[in-house]
Amino acid sequence: MSHDTETLSPHAKLVTMANQIAKFMESKPHKEGLEGLSNHINDFWEPRMRRHLFELLDAGGQGLRPLVIEAASLIRRPAA
Amino acid sequence: MKDFILPDRDFGTPAAKSKTMVSLVIDGFEVTVPEGTSIMRAAAEIGIQVPKLCATDSIDAFGSCRLCLVEIEGRNGTPASCTTPVAPGLKVTTQNAKLAKLRKGVMELYISDHPLDCLTCSANGDCELQDMAGAVGLRDVRYEAVENHFQPRQNGEANPLYIPKDNSNPYFSYDPAKCIVCSRCVRACEEVQGTFALTISGRGFDSRVSAGLKSDTFLTSDCVSCGACVQACPTGTLQEKSVIELGTPQREVITTCAYCGVGCQFKAEMRGDELVRMTPYKHGKANRGHSCVKGRFAYGYASHSDRILSPMIRDSINDPWKEVSWAEAMEFAANRMKGIIDTHGRHSVGVITSSRCTNEETYLVQKLTRAVFRNNNTDTCARVCHSPTGYGLGQTFGTSAGTQDFDSVEHADVIMVIGANPHSGHPVFASRMKKRLRKGAKLIVIDPRRTETVQGAHYKAAHHLALTPGTNVAVVSALAHVIVTEGLFDEDFIRNRCDWDEFQAYAEFISQPQFSPEAVQLLTGVKAEEVRGAARLYAKGGNGAIYYGLGVTEHSQGSTTVIGIANLAMLTGNVGRPGVGVNPLRGQNNVQGSCDMGSFPHELPGYRHVKGEAVRDIYREVWGVEIDNEPGLRIPNMLDAAVEGTFKGLYCQGEDILQSDPDTKHVAAGLAAMDCVIVHDLFLNETANYAHVFFPGSTFLEKDGTFTNAERRINRVRKVMAPRQGYADWEVTQMFANAMGAEWGYTHPAQIMEEIALTTPSFAGVTYEKLETMGSIQWPCNEKSPEGTPLMHVDGFVRGKGRFINTEYVATDERTGPRFPLLLTTGRILSQYNVGAQTRRTANVVWHDQDILEIHPHDAEQRGIKEGDWVKLASRSGETALRATITDRVNPGVVYTTFHHPDTQANVVTTDFSDWATNCPEYKVTAVQVALSNGPTEWQEEYNAQAAKSRRIAAE
Ligand code: SF4
Ligand code: SF4
Ligand code: SF4
Ligand code: FES
Repeated sequence: MSHDTETLSPHAKLVTMANQIAKFMESKPHKEGLEGLSNHINDFWEPRMRRHLFELLDAGGQGLRPLVIEAASLIRRPAA
Repeated sequence: MKDFILPDRDFGTPAAKSKTMVSLVIDGFEVTVPEGTSIMRAAAEIGIQVPKLCATDSIDAFGSCRLCLVEIEGRNGTPASCTTPVAPGLKVTTQNAKLAKLRKGVMELYISDHPLDCLTCSANGDCELQDMAGAVGLRDVRYEAVENHFQPRQNGEANPLYIPKDNSNPYFSYDPAKCIVCSRCVRACEEVQGTFALTISGRGFDSRVSAGLKSDTFLTSDCVSCGACVQACPTGTLQEKSVIELGTPQREVITTCAYCGVGCQFKAEMRGDELVRMTPYKHGKANRGHSCVKGRFAYGYASHSDRILSPMIRDSINDPWKEVSWAEAMEFAANRMKGIIDTHGRHSVGVITSSRCTNEETYLVQKLTRAVFRNNNTDTCARVCHSPTGYGLGQTFGTSAGTQDFDSVEHADVIMVIGANPHSGHPVFASRMKKRLRKGAKLIVIDPRRTETVQGAHYKAAHHLALTPGTNVAVVSALAHVIVTEGLFDEDFIRNRCDWDEFQAYAEFISQPQFSPEAVQLLTGVKAEEVRGAARLYAKGGNGAIYYGLGVTEHSQGSTTVIGIANLAMLTGNVGRPGVGVNPLRGQNNVQGSCDMGSFPHELPGYRHVKGEAVRDIYREVWGVEIDNEPGLRIPNMLDAAVEGTFKGLYCQGEDILQSDPDTKHVAAGLAAMDCVIVHDLFLNETANYAHVFFPGSTFLEKDGTFTNAERRINRVRKVMAPRQGYADWEVTQMFANAMGAEWGYTHPAQIMEEIALTTPSFAGVTYEKLETMGSIQWPCNEKSPEGTPLMHVDGFVRGKGRFINTEYVATDERTGPRFPLLLTTGRILSQYNVGAQTRRTANVVWHDQDILEIHPHDAEQRGIKEGDWVKLASRSGETALRATITDRVNPGVVYTTFHHPDTQANVVTTDFSDWATNCPEYKVTAVQVALSNGPTEWQEEYNAQAAKSRRIAAE
């Protein structure tokens, strides 16, 4: 893996973070993992971060692991 | 100001631990004491002080001075009371004509070889030799020694026995002329500190104390300047230089060290308003009378000339600072913050609380953002160190704190230290641990580096798993794999205390062959046999206790490792009794407290999530405002939002995020993008280079409050002098809150604690009165346990059943490649603390005046690097330069440095990868390259220029 970018852009950072959570949750039974992931994001991500996440999801979720995309409906969409 | 004069008598020998009691008669009084107690101590229990010189109750009796002689009915001779144990029915006489005569004789011998310059001796009034001369009624010395060791010249010639003073240690001096060779210092260094730096050389009349080899001084010897020998010395031989300079103290105030998470209690010994010395407090339950160089001696920063004593403001960070009155600073800061909130909304500002400030201060800062700014944007530096502990232990056990008290280590049979170097980071705990290891407990160390903890005087780790940085989860899972597949787990415990179905699912998961030590050997760099050996020892070696530190948490899988550690303890039944448990070693003094006090953006004090309506109701009731139900921003998220333009104002108390947080350039960019940065600190720290308002802070000596140490122990901090800049930090926060429109009216931190107790169940029973009487309290303290809770999870886990959670190893994204082939890991050293803001401003710099890069001889040779060369350390984030030292403490492929000095800026190099659950930064693994260089990098020079410019203060 090369690290040519200096620091990650906000969206790229959220993709990394969401995928990191997904990787932890993937070792659980599927349903538990889905809930684990969405609860985690609901509990710890400030609305601004969730808003950015939905921008990504709404645009097709490129780069996000399948578990994140699948959990989208369980993640609280912040008030606009 | 309240002075604490608790009886602090010296009982002569340590307390015996036996449950069997023995009765005897001393001077006609009956006394009952535990078996194994010395006659000296038994006498002291009933107020009879037998004269003594070589005995003191911090160390085992030695019986060399013969001053403590007594007579025992039916026994011959006059045994030493310090080395003679009690026996049932003994009749002891401690004073009669014969004993008095013998004692006088002993004293005469001592005094004849001691300078009689008591009047001008710095220990005058604080010397046991002087006291004993008085106690035995010595009135004249009948003979003059032919030879003595205290006169520089004798009979017109240089005296070969005379050794001049050793002033090499910055804090205490050693004057051999005054030494009575009682060996208390030697024994203290061995038994209490565990360093074995001192020896008695020579025999009989010629015997002398020396530090290290003959050619050594205290400074060049192994001495770590803990002060235990100074504390033990009965004469003025080993003495604090501050006492020599200022005179003996008159009064004392009990307070708590403001450095590390051990939370040692000290007596601040004062003369008027001047601090003469800090001595470890015998009744401090974390330290039991011991200390380290930081707490004992490194308090000089409090009066350092760099301390800022006047509030300051400026319009732009390119302007010089302008000193203003408190009122003006408050108005300026409040106007700016209000302006930001008006334009950008209430979510555009936030706070950072400090793990160095008191619980009460932290509570007010998070209250400021929640009740006055009306958001949850609060975070603390614990984010960058122990947030995964909160998450991992919360998930598995149900509470985010260590399970034991420090006394527990005395009952441990196997001690597993993971990613921590207590020798440097938690020295007083390390001394207590080493004491146990010398008594035969086994040690397992999991650390990439061969730290000072791995091997020491009279102990050596049974297993040192020198893993490749970043593979903690693989190693911890391999340990669990061995325990499960070899059937070493404690089935009874698991059936009773944990969820059996969850265990079975977990067992199936962890038994998979890919988790076996053999399978991960190449990845972790640890031989499978070592892992198997360590697993068997931990599971079956008796009481197994785990202590872990930042080497566990500061990883992209930090939370997973904490979970893995909790799994290990549950698997083996090592929870819920003395000698076992899972114990995070907290970095800063009040990391535990700042987490407890609701510093995190998702939870209110007491670890209650902001989404809980019942919890928000409690605060709505007390604070009279609606609490935001959405989690707020964490530090890295605040900085991201700042760069993006939606986060504009920050009140940062007692933290230096620019130096302590990873990826310095990103932090700088975030700070530079804000319209109002308020820094509240003792010094113009690095973060202040980007600040618009500076509130000068007060030191721990200047305020009242509480700190909570790594054992959940709430210790009192007591004001020993008035704040030099006028206000304690809690008062400053209150003034600022009030300038923002709050109407707070606290007049003493005790009232803040009342509010904490009122709103937080685990603190419900805590009051300042109780802290006065009990000395300290370990939370939870409530109706169920009014005296606090030394051991957690005794009958059941806080969450009910212990929960096993799968721990899948995920390689960090931070990987080595051709450009950055080495792995950098970071740590700390004994004499310096955190970013060094305090310790760098003390004489502790004699032990560490710069950060140094450790590199393996093999890697150094490949790069043509020699000892002491300047090298450039580069990662994808940035580069810095520092000097190298060549050592095999690190494995090939791994380099190591500390981050105590801002010139080095090691965090320019660290990246913004972070723990998946908590965003705790991955300090402990960075792919780097190292190459020879000529000196500081351009960035370091630019940075220093910017810092110098930014620190200008306009002349009046
Ligand atoms: S230095 Fe002090 S403690 Fe040590 S042997 Fe001499 S008098 Fe005793
Ligand atoms: S200061 Fe501590 S380490 Fe140094 S000689 Fe004294 S007891 Fe030993
Ligand atoms: S061990 Fe920690 S708390 Fe104790 S004196 Fe040293 S720095 Fe202070
Ligand atoms: S005090 Fe007992 S022999 Fe010295």
